[in-house]
Amino acid sequence: MPNWTRACATDDVEEEDVIRFDHASGVFAIYRSPDDEFFATAGICTHEHTCLADGLVMGDVIECPKHNGRFNYKTGKGLGAPIIENIKTYPVKVEDGDVFIDLG
Amino acid sequence: MAEGMVIVGAGECGTRAAFALREAGYDGPVTLIGDEPHLPYERPPLSKEGMTAPTLAAKVIADEARLKAAGIDHRRGARVASIDRDARRVLTAEGETLPYNRLLLATGASPRRLVQEGAEVPHVAYLRTYDDARRIRDRLDAGARLIIVGGGFIGLELAATAKSLGAEATVVEVLPRLLARAVPAEIAGIVADRHAAAGVTVVTGTPIASIESAPDAVRLTLADGRRLEGDLLVAGIGAIPSTALAAAAGLVLDNGVAVDTRLATSDAAIFAAGDCCSFPLPIYGDRRVRLESWRSAQDHGNTVGRNMLGADAPHAAVPWFWSDQYELTLQIAGLADEGRSSVRRELGEGAFIIFHLADDGRLVAASGIGTGNAVAKDIRIAEMLIGRGARPDPGALAHPETRLKSLLAA
Repeated sequence: MPNWTRACATDDVEEEDVIRFDHASGVFAIYRSPDDEFFATAGICTHEHTCLADGLVMGDVIECPKHNGRFNYKTGKGLGAPIIENIKTYPVKVEDGDVFIDLG
Repeated sequence: MAEGMVIVGAGECGTRAAFALREAGYDGPVTLIGDEPHLPYERPPLSKEGMTAPTLAAKVIADEARLKAAGIDHRRGARVASIDRDARRVLTAEGETLPYNRLLLATGASPRRLVQEGAEVPHVAYLRTYDDARRIRDRLDAGARLIIVGGGFIGLELAATAKSLGAEATVVEVLPRLLARAVPAEIAGIVADRHAAAGVTVVTGTPIASIESAPDAVRLTLADGRRLEGDLLVAGIGAIPSTALAAAAGLVLDNGVAVDTRLATSDAAIFAAGDCCSFPLPIYGDRRVRLESWRSAQDHGNTVGRNMLGADAPHAAVPWFWSDQYELTLQIAGLADEGRSSVRRELGEGAFIIFHLADDGRLVAASGIGTGNAVAKDIRIAEMLIGRGARPDPGALAHPETRLKSLLAA
């Protein structure tokens, strides 16, 4: 069963950037790609307890602000040391200027 | 020719290099020799959140399952006694002979010791390893009196950690201010104020005359006659590269094991990487540096693993450091002493970055401080600009409304 939850307005996220979304079920990161698509991942790096939304988005990649662990935020794939574990991704849809993520 | 890759030193750099060999497709023997009895672990948390955890937790880089899956033969508590360069083999302290095709020295560094009389005594400690951290942690009960010699990153992180554990902390720094070699005075001032607010006593510009250890306490006399008494003294006064093996093998040394941009030593079959080596940095006209940096150790490990297999990958990364103290994080990209002028950019809520520019306008370093990750994105962008040799408009750097990312496109 999808569990669509409103995360933010599309205007809240700049192009090629990320914001943090806090919800009862945890911390999430909402991304807007350079080609204007939206994506969502778990908000805390799999390496240490660091908020990914404080990191830099370059193309398809989010880089952890603390130890430079990198993920492809579209697939969740970790891109080398110090990352061992991939990051969880969530389905996203955009409706009427709002971004929803499926918390499952 | 002998098969096999031997890596001496199982810290961040050596361990990363072992995995990098596998990632590059090498399927011969990889032996990773470490003198500590533990799995490879990350050192940075030891002076920070690792020490304030209820039980001192080492953050393991690779557990046994991962090492085994990668076919890395990790020898714990093992030492290499000598290198036979002609025969391309190392001899361990246990008497085992290990042949190598390529050898990596990732031997790290060890804490500089106090030279004052009475320094090698009970109640005097240094912080480098997990076991060091555990010994210190065991003494940092609430109310314990900690004296820290050295106002650098290690000492100040430990002071913040001690306060959070309820201990008293006094920091003694011989130079006129804290972090004198690491960050600009404006940033060091913020750090000093924060420590003062936490109740840390900071004494700067004062050499130590003597250290005496009694059974019950350690007593410090400063050059100006002041006396301090503590239950434990920790010295964080720098580190010395571990070069004994390289020196005995006749490799060229220069503030550590001297390597080229590929991290090869004066013997083409032997590489050195991480804290133990000095290397030329192309972005600063091949200035030779030795870094004590977690990130650099990791980058070196990645690069040297490939080069041991014959790649010609120069290490050209921009130096990068960070420190966490209380809620503050400092991040520094580049080498600030390359700068001749600076501009300051305010990021809001007290966070700011100082950009350091060379005479020709090149951005050579950026030093930032703020709460949590406030400076992280902009320091990362600065790092990329530095790596490209960019000459950004100082006015744009200083202006809070300029998106730094837009300067990357220039």
